[in-house]
Amino acid sequence: MIKETIGYSIREFVIDNFLYGQGTVTDQESFLQAGLIDSTGVLELVTFLEDRFQIAIADEELVPDNLDSVERLVTFIEQKLQELQAN
Amino acid sequence: MCGIAGIFDLYADRGSRYARDPADVRSALWSMIRALEHRGPDALNVSADGPCGLAHSRLSIIDHAGGAQPMSTADGDLTITFNGEIFNYVELRDELTRQGRTFRTNSDTEVILHAYAHWGDDCVHHLNGQWAFAIWDKRRQRLFLSRDRIGIRPLFYTQVNGNLFFASEIKSLFTQHEVDRRIDLVALDQLFTLWTTIAPRTMFEGVCELPPGHSLIVEHGELRSERYWQLDYSLDASSPRTTDDWADELLSLLIDSTRLRLRADVPVGAYLSGGLDSSLTTALIRKYTGAPLKTFSVTFDDADFDESRYQQDVVRLWGTEHQSIRCTHADIGRVFPDVIRHSEKPLLRTAPAPLFLLSRLVHGQGYKVVITGEGADEMCGGYDIFKEAKLRRFWARDLDSKYRPLLLKRLYPYLKNLQAQSPDYLKAFFHVRPEDLGSPFFSHLPRWELTAKTKGFFSADVRNELLNYSTLTDLQRTLPNDFAGWEPFCQAQYLESAHLLPGYILSSQGDRMAMAHAVEGRFPFLDYRVMEFAGRMPTSLKMRGLNEKYLLKRISRGLVPESVLARPKQPYRAPDAVSFFDTERGRPRFDYVAEMLSAERLHHTGLFDARAVGKLVEKISKGQAIGTKDNMALVGILSTQLLVDEFIDRTPLRTAANIEDVPEPAVA
Repeated sequence: MIKETIGYSIREFVIDNFLYGQGTVTDQESFLQAGLIDSTGVLELVTFLEDRFQIAIADEELVPDNLDSVERLVTFIEQKLQELQAN
Repeated sequence: MCGIAGIFDLYADRGSRYARDPADVRSALWSMIRALEHRGPDALNVSADGPCGLAHSRLSIIDHAGGAQPMSTADGDLTITFNGEIFNYVELRDELTRQGRTFRTNSDTEVILHAYAHWGDDCVHHLNGQWAFAIWDKRRQRLFLSRDRIGIRPLFYTQVNGNLFFASEIKSLFTQHEVDRRIDLVALDQLFTLWTTIAPRTMFEGVCELPPGHSLIVEHGELRSERYWQLDYSLDASSPRTTDDWADELLSLLIDSTRLRLRADVPVGAYLSGGLDSSLTTALIRKYTGAPLKTFSVTFDDADFDESRYQQDVVRLWGTEHQSIRCTHADIGRVFPDVIRHSEKPLLRTAPAPLFLLSRLVHGQGYKVVITGEGADEMCGGYDIFKEAKLRRFWARDLDSKYRPLLLKRLYPYLKNLQAQSPDYLKAFFHVRPEDLGSPFFSHLPRWELTAKTKGFFSADVRNELLNYSTLTDLQRTLPNDFAGWEPFCQAQYLESAHLLPGYILSSQGDRMAMAHAVEGRFPFLDYRVMEFAGRMPTSLKMRGLNEKYLLKRISRGLVPESVLARPKQPYRAPDAVSFFDTERGRPRFDYVAEMLSAERLHHTGLFDARAVGKLVEKISKGQAIGTKDNMALVGILSTQLLVDEFIDRTPLRTAANIEDVPEPAVA
């Protein structure tokens, strides 16, 4: 899957789900600092990622380093997809 | 327990331009009091004397024969309309009789009249009870209104065209066509942050509530609001007392406050939640008065909320006659419009709805009075938010600690979403910013910041209006002068007790839900002697480590079942979004939900962004809204839409007489 497609669908999910269609989010913006995400939001995001990209995310991967901006998510998902292909 | 209302010509003593025909005044009083008939269906009456008209709807509990109101002194100088109970009226009557006063009835109402005649405005310091009353002092041409210390009974007022209108509920004021009905946007901001408005502000522009612990003196055309009591946490560090001393005093105070609250000429029942507090009040009634007792509970179909196992343990231990209603998701959604008609403010949770259904059961069983455990968490240190603040302070001492934030998971075992989180995320959600440590609101910042996210649904116009407004700045102005010197634990207690308790717990979940069906709640933990004791009690006896209500649990041993003592604390909650949406079918359960949340209605009220609400509804319909914020937003938006529909768009307002009753839920 190409990088742009991953970024687009994540951005769409974040805007619909956390911003309820109001406003936009930049690729580098921290979801936490922007107040976009709460404890439920993390779980909603993970459920979305697992369904959309057909991946499994382990508990220890649930950290802001992986999940806290569109950019970080794209890198994380790419890496997960590569792991899948390699296996 | 009753409803009160009145009209006062503010400039009567200076040749008022607003003097009204006495027949008009009486007819206005009748329409005001008819709107409060649900609070006191036993008798309605009005009286008008010169510039002052008073009205009363009575729920007769003490002195059926002699307690009729409005009531005047023998010389006709003083007339009162009174809602509530003065529990120490027997002792006060004796004291005033010794002072040479002669009583004509056995009612607590007459005791207030004589207390005012004897002590003047200071009479309130002698009263142990829950009240809202107005006394017309004819000789001094002044009106004296008062509300109890912690705000158990409501009192609202507004000034229009030189007249003061006051009443137990806002709907009574709105029967008068000259009273404007407009949503107060600042109040909306406050409620969508704190769950309540900051008194005296209400949801309606120009309508005030008399804050708890205040009297309102109206004379010479002016209103003067005076505070006569305040929660005080200046701890008594000087007296060397043992834990046993504190325990003995708390138990004897609670026994006495419960005993006083059983005074009534009708049978008194009790609410039983399954938690420690109402289990203890039930035990005190049975053990120390021996009175037979009927207890009432809410149970839920939804196992996440149900506490019936613990309720049954108490019923077995104390042999009460017990009845409960079983509440389904649909039951809550079905009665919600009626709940809002009574709460008269938006709600962010549905928790009041089951209590509305419960009071209907109690009324149907012929009971007018119930004792409940309300206030124990505030006074004795029971709430999770107190623990959370303690943990966050502990963690702030070593902000880099990997392990300290994990303690936060232990706090909320019932919040499944939280259990999956990594330390880094916990840290972010329960943030401890170094600058927050000095904030007077340290304990409440995570809760209020989460709640305030619901303001993201406000329409652009509303957001523009509120651009320079800050609820927390306003709240800070209301803090007592010595607040900064109190222990952090007490500061958190104060914020709960001075705002959420009267503004939500005692009103939206308390008076308004019980009185919707003419049921009076009585609260042993809110006896002023218990509240003042709780202010002095060392914080180490409120929470030891993370063991909440330490002293209260200690005195409860042997009185409440072991299962209740040992269970993890569970806050009283009810299902939210699922009460309104059938997520399996992906649609609203009721037509009114679809209508109130339609783009057309949202544009009509103009308070919320229709597109954002549409996205939220879509998410909820699919069963994807699992978080607190989405649930609060939905309930808040829906209830605000209902509030506008009920109180602003509708003319005339609905009253008890013209409303069709909704079906009963199952009774066990």
